[in-house]
Amino acid sequence: MSVRRIMGTEVEYGISVPGQPGANPMVTSSQVVNAYGARPELTRGGRARWDYEEESPLRDARGFTYTGTAYDPAEALADEDLGLANVILTNGARLYVDHAHPEYSTPEVTNPLDLVLWDKAGERVMAEGARRAATIPGSHPIHLYKHNTDNKGSSFGAHENYLMRRQTPFADIVTYLTPFFVTRQIVCGAGRVGIGQDGSQAGYQISQRADFFEVEVGLETTLKRPIINTRDEPHSDADKYRRLHVIIGDANLSEISTYLKLGTTALILTMIEEKALGTDLGIADPVAELRSVSHDPSLKHLMRLRDGRRLTALDVQWAYYERVKSFVDDRTGSDTDEMTRDVLQRWESVLERLGRDPMLCSQELDWVAKLRLLEGYRERENLGWASSKLQLVDLQYADVREEKGLYHRLVARGAMKTMLDPQRVELAMVEPPDDTRAYFRGRCLAKYASEVVAASWDSVIFDVGREALVRVPMMEPEKGTKKHVGALFDRCPSAKDLLEIITS
Amino acid sequence: MATQDGGQSQSGKSRREDEVDEVAPEVNPEVAERVEQIGEDVDDLLDEIDAVLEENAEEFVRGYVQKGGQ
Repeated sequence: MSVRRIMGTEVEYGISVPGQPGANPMVTSSQVVNAYGARPELTRGGRARWDYEEESPLRDARGFTYTGTAYDPAEALADEDLGLANVILTNGARLYVDHAHPEYSTPEVTNPLDLVLWDKAGERVMAEGARRAATIPGSHPIHLYKHNTDNKGSSFGAHENYLMRRQTPFADIVTYLTPFFVTRQIVCGAGRVGIGQDGSQAGYQISQRADFFEVEVGLETTLKRPIINTRDEPHSDADKYRRLHVIIGDANLSEISTYLKLGTTALILTMIEEKALGTDLGIADPVAELRSVSHDPSLKHLMRLRDGRRLTALDVQWAYYERVKSFVDDRTGSDTDEMTRDVLQRWESVLERLGRDPMLCSQELDWVAKLRLLEGYRERENLGWASSKLQLVDLQYADVREEKGLYHRLVARGAMKTMLDPQRVELAMVEPPDDTRAYFRGRCLAKYASEVVAASWDSVIFDVGREALVRVPMMEPEKGTKKHVGALFDRCPSAKDLLEIITS
Repeated sequence: MATQDGGQSQSGKSRREDEVDEVAPEVNPEVAERVEQIGEDVDDLLDEIDAVLEENAEEFVRGYVQKGGQ
């Protein structure tokens, strides 16, 4: 029993060009992505990466060497906004334009701390993309925000992905995960000034996203957003795996919020796979309670359960915690790995303090840290919740620039706890994780850029001068690791050499 | 049915209440101290933030409009 599991996040960033209301966000997002893509380690091969958006993939596809599951370029194309910027990074991540936002998808990682590392690296990638874009003559400064709403009715996502066993019935996931998702916001909410989708009602709420969810289960991600998303696109062996696509989370700046979001969710998923949860936490009206919980930062709101009981979100989180804790003790006991123990300890500690006084978490959790700032202003300047200054504080908390973002100013003052060494985050902008297929993808791009035609989550496609392009499928996320192929990269000066070895 | 929450909670509620009961005498000074600390800190912090906040909050916030996303 462990927090270890293949996981990743994909975060859409808010984008604006102050003073230029007519700026086209698809153009400005592309500028950010392309400006970052102009970094030396990404231009050595002289080609765009992940270049499905080029006009050739359909034609190229006819020459692909099919092995394993068939590659369907039409499907890949349908996923892309044709013609928009799309770069795959040497750390195995994908940086691209989705709808009207720049988006960063982390490489696949095996644990929540690595997720935090590559997710934070994504913030720096965005900040640097914007900085580089601003150096283009005639351009205006582009601002990027890691959050989920403009407070005018638009919301954009911070999705999580978890690899699960295919054999786990989806109905079980819906049953046991829904109460967890309704309540986990008290730990990993990012905080928001304004109530309602357009934020027009004055007040503060725990979650950025809660007001944008309208149904319990569904396939949509932009309209009628569901608490449980049913997209089934595993990017891996579909007979063995499901990729659970989670769209309900907030974009977190706090490392601890992100760590607990991924860590506790991973534990619940294992409980579901092991059929170790009961149905007694079912919530009568999850969509309505999601909002009610978010709208009550005092954490006193009583939800109605299906069996008639009235519980707070904190009660439900405690119930999940207790079940996971006793399951872990029972299954792995003193052999439980360190990170799993750490997630459990932090989760317990946060719940315990939230129960006493949420402000005791002001140095760890985004929604509390933001609330602390806002309450400070409210008191000092006697401001109401409708004040534009408070809305500005909310917005600027998420600014990715270290000198301007209020989250970053809190960290710089020592007023926000972190988990990571900043130098490691810097390194993670270019280095892939060692222990997933992202290692193979990232190393190929770093070392054989001129021979890589395209890459996706589950393949790398090479042009090594043969008649056909060569596609190396990677249907197993835990293969292609440093342990498996690290020595090969050291031995092979070109992709041609590498392919001769792995295809022989 | 609707009032049975007292019975359910070996986990959530009763645990919380137990803890509050047991440690209340120690907790209060700790919270108070912490809040005081936070209070002092916040003044400095707000001064620093004022220096980096965008000018003209109203205009800046009004100008921040996003197209939809996922």
